[in-house]
Parts: sequence; structure tokens; C-alpha cells
Amino acid sequence: MSYFLVIFVGLTIVFIVPRLSPIDPVQQMINTITMMGTYMDPEAIEKLTETLKDLYGLRGSLWQQYLTFWGRFLRGDFGPSFFRFPVPVIKLIGDSLPWTIGLLSISTFLSWLIGNILGGLCGFFYQKRWARALENIAMVIRPIPYYIFAFILLLVFGYFLKLFPIAGGFGIGSTPSFSLRFITELIRHAFLPLLSMMTLGIAVTLQSMRLIVQNVLREDFIVFAKAGGVRNRTLLFKYAIRNAMLPQITGLALSMGQIFGGALITEIVFSYPGMGTLLYNAINTGDYNLIMGITAISIIGIATFILIIDLLYPLFDPRIRYR
Amino acid sequence: MNVLRDLLRDGKFRFGFIVICILLFLAFLSFFCPYDPTRWNIFPRDLPPSFQHILGTNSKGQDVFWEATFAIRNSLIISVIAALFSRIIAIIVGLVAGYLGGRVDRFLMFLSDSFLILPLLPILILISSLIKGHLSLFSLGILLGIFGWPWDARLIRAQVLSLREREFTYTSILSGYSTLNLVIKEYFPFVLPLVFSTVINNMGWSIGLEVTLSILGLSNLAIPTLGTTLHWAINYQAMLLGIWWWLLTPIVISVFLFISLYLLSVSISEYSDPRTRIQRIGIAKE
Repeated sequence: MSYFLVIFVGLTIVFIVPRLSPIDPVQQMINTITMMGTYMDPEAIEKLTETLKDLYGLRGSLWQQYLTFWGRFLRGDFGPSFFRFPVPVIKLIGDSLPWTIGLLSISTFLSWLIGNILGGLCGFFYQKRWARALENIAMVIRPIPYYIFAFILLLVFGYFLKLFPIAGGFGIGSTPSFSLRFITELIRHAFLPLLSMMTLGIAVTLQSMRLIVQNVLREDFIVFAKAGGVRNRTLLFKYAIRNAMLPQITGLALSMGQIFGGALITEIVFSYPGMGTLLYNAINTGDYNLIMGITAISIIGIATFILIIDLLYPLFDPRIRYR
Repeated sequence: MNVLRDLLRDGKFRFGFIVICILLFLAFLSFFCPYDPTRWNIFPRDLPPSFQHILGTNSKGQDVFWEATFAIRNSLIISVIAALFSRIIAIIVGLVAGYLGGRVDRFLMFLSDSFLILPLLPILILISSLIKGHLSLFSLGILLGIFGWPWDARLIRAQVLSLREREFTYTSILSGYSTLNLVIKEYFPFVLPLVFSTVINNMGWSIGLEVTLSILGLSNLAIPTLGTTLHWAINYQAMLLGIWWWLLTPIVISVFLFISLYLLSVSISEYSDPRTRIQRIGIAKE
């Protein structure tokens, strides 16, 4: 339910905001064209205005516009892009979406997994020195935004050590294929963006997992299990971590929006050919349709992710499953 | 003062406090800057760090050090505006929702829920790409403030809900306190520590968003902030040209800023939580 609500509210905002703003995108576009020095007579401008209004979906009353907006949206039509003119926006997004999804899903999943295991260990062995050291490292890393960390990795590994390429999704001149060479290249280029997103993800999950595990450890059933002679390893993985998993899954859904935003900027830092770079170009060229399209798609993407987590919830919660 | 002394015993707080003081000092230095920070081509371009230019110069012909002092100042100003503004909304919403309850509460919480679930960044990008160039420091702060309140309003509401059930509420109502008086005089002192610990969090959050928007080129790029400095460095391909000092300066500053703000907020919220405070006193005595 909340899934459709989020999409509905989000897209309505996407619709309303541009119409509330004092700037007319049509006028802006015409200004850009006339600023380039081409002379146009008033009649041509009139014609252009009409065409642009049509393309932007700005024709008719507000209510009609709103209906047109939804109609177009349901058909997956966001109009043509202006910075690569006849290409429709949806095609551009389709080209760059796989890159972002790949980067995002791998880094989210891995960092969540590693963070939870490490966090569980830290919480379980909280008196040990290494656990405290790990905690402190996580505490220092955590507040740094994704892209700042990306810059640091870029400077250290890309610029000073020259271990990894500093830009792009694959090498210049190579074409996407399933050859071994291309795949290694793909990994080499994705490595730094992945690392920057994962390190922070791990730090965040580690911290919350450690707290939860520590709380779980105080509960009666753990104390009984300990007294009953359950081995430490079983205690850790089967009892403590399993019971701490649930809030962590919720946390994953909540942090998704943030991870997504971070991924956009990380892509820009590494010039990775995903949605972030596309958005950057769209903003720089004032491509109104493309910005709208990307905004709408990201709202749907995040909402869908939250929905999936919600649906998977019973799988992880024994109380729901065994009912 | 006593509170400060207690807080300074904590290593986290001490580190954060010292770093913030250094950054504030740098921000303060910007008032003594020998030239106008928005002007270009004052010094030769791309000079590496030297005695004359401590942190070198950039491709815009500006001194990186002085630019950085302005960047710190402006970023802090934005974050303070955003934090104050969102605090005002959060306090009002939290108090009203918590105290009145019922339909008002449900409506306000629905509102804050939808703000929480909505993916913030795309919407902010859309808004600021439309009013691009019209964003001053102040309006950017307000814009961030509009989106920064929901979580903290929930915290305050939860606190008020628990206060409402306590004895003293009934006593004061029976002895004829007006609602406004009750809320302001009796509840506010309980809510205040909560507000303080969220202020710092919110400042870090808004600096982060400001940097994000600026990297995308969506704020007023003529004003030096941490974000716009990074934006220009990316735009001029500082990495490929090997002008590392231009890129490294804002990065190092923001890393220290984020870490110290975070440590401060962790330390303060630990302090205001009675359980951990007792723990800490115990540690201090050992």
C-alpha cells in the first residue's frame, strides 16, 4: 500500500514543483537557443513555443496537464531528450540504468553481509581489543559521505599509486562483450566505486549490528543457552545474529534512499556511465525532460526496493513464518 | 560550564571540539582575506603549494587557502540556517502532535512519514535545478531546512507523549495552567537536550546535502562553499591535470568537519542519556 502512496505522492511532487517555480522551462529553452546567436523571427518563436509546450506536456488546464502527465508516465514516455535531441529520455535512462543497478546491488548486498557479520562478531566479543579497534574505525568512517570517500580513494589509488583507472566504466576503445579481457576491465573500473560505497556501508551496518547484538546478548534465552552449554559459535550465528537480523533488514530499506543518492554522486566522481553521470549531463545542459525522467525513475526505484524488502520480511521473521 | 567540563573528559568530544574550534578559527580568518573571493585570475594559475600560497592556487587563479576559509564559513552558515529552521518546524510539529494527539497527531505524523519515505535527493535535485542560480546561501539553508525536520519531530513527539502521561502534567492541569504555559514551561526543558543533540546531526546532514547539490552544479556556484570548491575542481579536471592540492583541500576539510560533528553529536547524546552517563562516571572513577 505504502508503495503506491510513495509513488503517487512522489510523482505528484515531481509534477507540481516545476509548475510552482517562477521559471518557465519553455522560455528558458528559447532563451538558450536565441542566446547562441541564431536570429529567429517572432513567428518561428511562436511555433517553437507551441512545440515545446507540447513536448513538456504544458498544454491545457492544470488538471488536464496532470492527467496527461500520468498518461505519459504509464506509457513510459518522458518525451525526447534535448541534449541528444531525437533520442527519447527513456532510452537514455535504459542505457545507463544497468550500470547503476549493478553497482548499487553488488555494493549494497556485500556491504550489508560483511557489515552484519563483522558487527555481530564485534558485539559478541565486545571485550576483545580487536573488536574495539574495529568499532572505532567504523565510528570514524561512518560520518564521511560516499563521494568524499570516493575522492579519497581516487586520489590514493588512482592518482598517487596508479593502481586503478580513474574514470569510465570500461577502457577506451574496447567494446562490451563477454570476453575475459573485457570482464577484467569491467571489474577494474568498478573496483574503486564499489570499494568507496562498500566501506561506508560496512561501517554503518557494523555499528548498528553491534548495538543490536549486544542487546540481544542480555536477553534471557541467550543466558539460558549459555548455561545449557551451547557452543559459542552456535550461540553467535544461530542465536545472536539471527535474532538481530530483523531490525537490520528494516534499516536496509530505510537507508536505500541515501545509498542511492550517494551512488549518483560516486558515479559522477568516477565518471561511471550510470544514472549519476547522466543526471550530471542533464543538469549541465539544462535538459528538463531528462531531469524529470531521472527523478521519476529514481523515486520508483527506491519505492520498489522498499516494497521488495517488505515482501521479503516474512522470510526472515520466524514469528511470521511459523504462525 | 560544568557540562562542558564533563563533556571534555570524553575523548570523542575532545577531538571533535578541538577540530571544530580550528575550523571556526579558519572560518573567522576569512574576514581578513586580502581580496574578494568571488574574483577570478588574481594570482597565476595552478601553482603548487609554496610559502606565498600555502595551499597553492587553482585553475581559476585563486588562492586555495583563502578560498577554503570562505568555503568553511559559508558551509557552516548554510548548515546553521538549515538546522535552526528545521529545528523550529520540528519543535512545533513535535509538541503539537504529541500534546494534542488524535486527528492532528495522525495528520502531522502522516506528513512526516511521507517526508521520511520520499526519496529526498531526486526531489531536491528537481527543485534546485529549476531555481538554479537564484539560490543564495540563505534560501539554500531554508530549502534544506524544509526537508530536515521529520525525524526529529518524531523524536520530540515521542518525548512529549511520555511526558503527557506523567504525574506533574495532571498536577499542573488541575492547578489551572494553560496549555501554552504547560507546554512551554514544563515540557520545553525536557525537549531541549533532544533538540541540542539533533542540531549537530542536522548540521552535518545539511552540509552533506549542500556538497551533493553543489557537485551537481545546482547551487550558486559563485559563492565558495565546500561543495562549490569541489564542483570547480571536478569541472576543471583537477585530477587529470594533477592539481591535487585543489582537490585535497576541500576533501580534507570536509572529512574533518563531518567526523568532528559526528563525534560531537554521539558524545552529547551519550551524555544526555542517563544510563550511559552513569557508565561513564563509573569509568572515570576507576
